[in-house]
Amino acid sequence: MNIGEFAIGDERALCQVFYSSVRELQVTAHAQETGSTLAVASTIMVATMAPPEIIRRHSLATRLLHWVNALCVFLVLMSGLQIFNADPHLYWGQFGASPDKPLLSIGAHGFPPWATIPSWQALSAGRRWHFFFAWLLIFNSFTYLLFSFISGHVRRDLLPTRSEIAPSHILHDIWNHLRLRFPKGEAAKRYNVLQKLAYFGVIFVLAPLILATGLTMSPGFDAACPWLVTLFGGRPSARTIHFTAAMLVALFILVHLLMVVLAGPVNEIRSMITGRYVVPPGKSR
Amino acid sequence: MKRLVWTRRQMLLRGSAAFGGLMVGGCDRLSQSPTFLRFLGSAEYLNYRAQRLVVGQSLAHEFPETDLSPVFRSNGTSNPDNDRYNRLRAGNFADWRLSVHGLVEQPLELSLAQLRAMPSRTQITRHDCVEGWSAIGKWSGVPLGSVLDRAQLNPEARFIVLYCADELERNDGGYYESIDLVDAFHPQTLLAYSLNDKPLAIANGAPLRLRVERQLGYKQAKYLMRIEAVAQLKDIGAGKGGYWEDRGYEWYAGI
Repeated sequence: MNIGEFAIGDERALCQVFYSSVRELQVTAHAQETGSTLAVASTIMVATMAPPEIIRRHSLATRLLHWVNALCVFLVLMSGLQIFNADPHLYWGQFGASPDKPLLSIGAHGFPPWATIPSWQALSAGRRWHFFFAWLLIFNSFTYLLFSFISGHVRRDLLPTRSEIAPSHILHDIWNHLRLRFPKGEAAKRYNVLQKLAYFGVIFVLAPLILATGLTMSPGFDAACPWLVTLFGGRPSARTIHFTAAMLVALFILVHLLMVVLAGPVNEIRSMITGRYVVPPGKSR
Repeated sequence: MKRLVWTRRQMLLRGSAAFGGLMVGGCDRLSQSPTFLRFLGSAEYLNYRAQRLVVGQSLAHEFPETDLSPVFRSNGTSNPDNDRYNRLRAGNFADWRLSVHGLVEQPLELSLAQLRAMPSRTQITRHDCVEGWSAIGKWSGVPLGSVLDRAQLNPEARFIVLYCADELERNDGGYYESIDLVDAFHPQTLLAYSLNDKPLAIANGAPLRLRVERQLGYKQAKYLMRIEAVAQLKDIGAGKGGYWEDRGYEWYAGI
């Protein structure tokens, strides 16, 4: 095929031609190397298959805010563990200190050095990291919410539709995820319902809960908003909820990263950097 | 022949390990830089302004007796154990005097009996340690504001500095703390001489300690010896307004 046939601005078609040519060359080379007839057959198949589609997956704002968010979340999580280590016990109720019975204790010294910022025991430095990046995270999150509500990102991409939240649909999606079968074709252009629920849960449930329980640990803020203490049943309870919600965010990040790796890390990470995403070819389910 | 090209899996694993190592190492390096820590510390200003805006003159929550901690935990110094303190303690603090001086019209020397004779306030409040634990205690004492009114602050006075009898480390200059006048004249800010209806125990700061509700535990200076009204904090200790402040903690400890 002659590249000169395409008009200027037709990059997408060009990319597709380039992509299929490269695939063809790779498979041909492989077939020559192994001499396998199967490989030769697949060469023909790839050459006749429709070229994959490239879409613009994430807006510039989403991409920018995502990476600032990622940085902040990592830093507040790890500096949070540093603060936690100053008293690695969780209590429930209006008071809780070493003479009282804790709900849960994490070792004698809490989390290991690799999990905290800084890696050595330094509560004051941990607090500085925590509060600085908590403020940045708040500004970043409010920009995200403002942008996402105005642009329709929340309604269009994050809010599950009525048919998606049907238990049968959710169970079906869980089953597919467990078999590592991810959406292809048209279905891969949208978030699936498990993704939507995870993002929605982190953004609209865990994040506000973490902010509110964080503020409840502040003796100053408690004087201004005593109802927060009542709501969470005490400062030690708020601290326990703050910690638990943060651990759920850590779990979310773990699963999020695992899914990126399983779904094709290069394509997924590129889509969050440049915005371009190669739609996995195949029939959507 | 050794393979020079990494597989995608190796690349991912090694890449993320290297990235993680760089991040953690980088944060450690930055945590050793006083300039960077000062930069991070700029968030304290936001905490202070934001809280002063929303907290205003509000009162800290006061609890019923049923919420009292069975044992009120002591932290930091549990006994100053130096000659001066031990002498005062042996005399049951009869010779102890609280000196009020600095930018005041009327310097004072107050005995424990004189303080106890002044109008008092009793409150059941929550003590919040910077480490994360909380204890609830019943405090009685003289509102700091009424002592300052008696001493009559000069117009240029902006901070109240409290000096203590204890040292956390040998020759560290002694524990001290400071608060602004908003907190000094707050109705719940007490010079407390009693905890849970008993004279203050040695572990909790006998004979007198500060209660500045709405701030963290390290502001609640124990073993008080003197109070000074000053215009600025930079000439005291290392200049940050308190023992722990000089060691990297925030002067405004409302969060």
